[in-house]
Amino acid sequence: MTSVADVVADAHRREWARVLAATVRVTRDLELAEECVQDAYADALDAWTRGGVPDRPGAWLTTAARHNALDALRRAGTLRSKLHLLVEPASSPGPDVSGADLRDGAAAGDDRLRLVFLCCHPALAAEAQVALTLRLVCGMTTPEIARAFLVPETTMAARVTRAKKKIAAARIPFRMPAPADLPGRLDAALTVIHLLFTTGHTAPAGPTLTKDDLAGRALELARMLRDLMPGEREVRGLLALLLAGHARRATRTTADGRLLPLEEQDRSAWDRAAIAEAHDLVVGALRGGRPGRFALQAAIAALHATAPAYEATDWAQILVLYDELARVWPSPVVALNRAVAVAMTSGPADALAEVERLDREGRLAGYPYLAAVRADLLRRTGRGAEAAAEYERAIALTGNEAERSFLVGRLAETAPPG
Amino acid sequence: MPQYAILIYEKETPGGVADIPPEVMEANLRAGEHIAAMGAKVVTEHALQPSATTRTIHKGGMVTDGPFIESKEVIAGFFVVEAADLDQAIAIGRLLPIMDGAVEVRPLLAP
Repeated sequence: MTSVADVVADAHRREWARVLAATVRVTRDLELAEECVQDAYADALDAWTRGGVPDRPGAWLTTAARHNALDALRRAGTLRSKLHLLVEPASSPGPDVSGADLRDGAAAGDDRLRLVFLCCHPALAAEAQVALTLRLVCGMTTPEIARAFLVPETTMAARVTRAKKKIAAARIPFRMPAPADLPGRLDAALTVIHLLFTTGHTAPAGPTLTKDDLAGRALELARMLRDLMPGEREVRGLLALLLAGHARRATRTTADGRLLPLEEQDRSAWDRAAIAEAHDLVVGALRGGRPGRFALQAAIAALHATAPAYEATDWAQILVLYDELARVWPSPVVALNRAVAVAMTSGPADALAEVERLDREGRLAGYPYLAAVRADLLRRTGRGAEAAAEYERAIALTGNEAERSFLVGRLAETAPPG
Repeated sequence: MPQYAILIYEKETPGGVADIPPEVMEANLRAGEHIAAMGAKVVTEHALQPSATTRTIHKGGMVTDGPFIESKEVIAGFFVVEAADLDQAIAIGRLLPIMDGAVEVRPLLAP
């Protein structure tokens, strides 16, 4: 049996963005809108316990939150003209206060999209974009976000407050980007979700390899964007990439939290349904013109996920995809991952030359995976002493305990004590 | 409507205005019409003399020759616009051709 508290928690997770976005329309002020929505959720627990759970919890919450907002505005006696902190599109109708908010079903008109584009506005720093997205779109509390990023709560609270002030001061609009700006703005939003997933998939620091909650939130966001913008190929690509990675989550560590590399993971325990969905999305995302960086990354992840065994991985095809990825997204991180594919197709020596070039370039200084990949390639070319030194460099650079123990294990195999 | 400063940074050319390519000049001159067509308004605009004419006053009152910091790009000019929101101000900033530098869009404190 599900308790009312569970229903409220579920509605929090699924409906927060929709309720908040609809309330921002009334308040035109993020802070006030958040308060009104929080109050609506608090009231829901009580009202639903007494009167039963409504048929459409989201509509109930939206009505309650917007009602709270109107009350607050009336009490404050504030003229709406003084509250133009967020600008409405010129063509949009005024705030609709006639009960449940069901208008604007069309993809481009969904308020949740406006909220995503607001949080991921390029005028905000990347860390502020991430924090705001979790706070406003996912409804996570500031302490939860602070814990996820291992920063003190006060630091995260200040970051969120600064970002909100900036939105108001610079008048970052609550609006869909103009069609000409959409590709760039969409890329910024996808980057935020990708970064969130990356942080959840392999935590940069902390005792565990993953932070499943963050990865799960990122997946939900990607799914929401896909539902709202089904025609965008890069949105499909991102969702596919996340699904293919998430499908392997149960097998990436042992029961006691030890990291397992791809070749040791139990492929029979991978989430087949998620992989099949990723595969279908990739097929769609690759079709119709030159694929973008998310579609290409997804194609690579899907090839790994559908390979029957590590030895059966289609490395040649993966290398082709990396070549194309490096063209559309010239990043040293892409080049490093491409080098791993090179090692599998033409041997570790060729890959090593590429990694050493990247190392000299210096743009990946302090990136633990550069040292880890180099160590692995040196080990495989039989240069044990040099490999040991690189493992030590990687160990010093990583903040993730599971990765650290894995690397310590490899170091011990490479340079047995004595 | 809120106001934004649009600051234009460029590398200085030895011959000053004479060195600016005609298509860049043309785009700068036409920006005004585009801004009006967008429903925004130019409040003030200024082009600056070469940075060598700068005198910088430091905290202690010392006056030095030249700009405060050595930089590859210096402010070539600035103007203030009234725009609906940041996105429109950025769209106005994009109207200006960038040769070597950058255009900065900065909201002004409400008067």
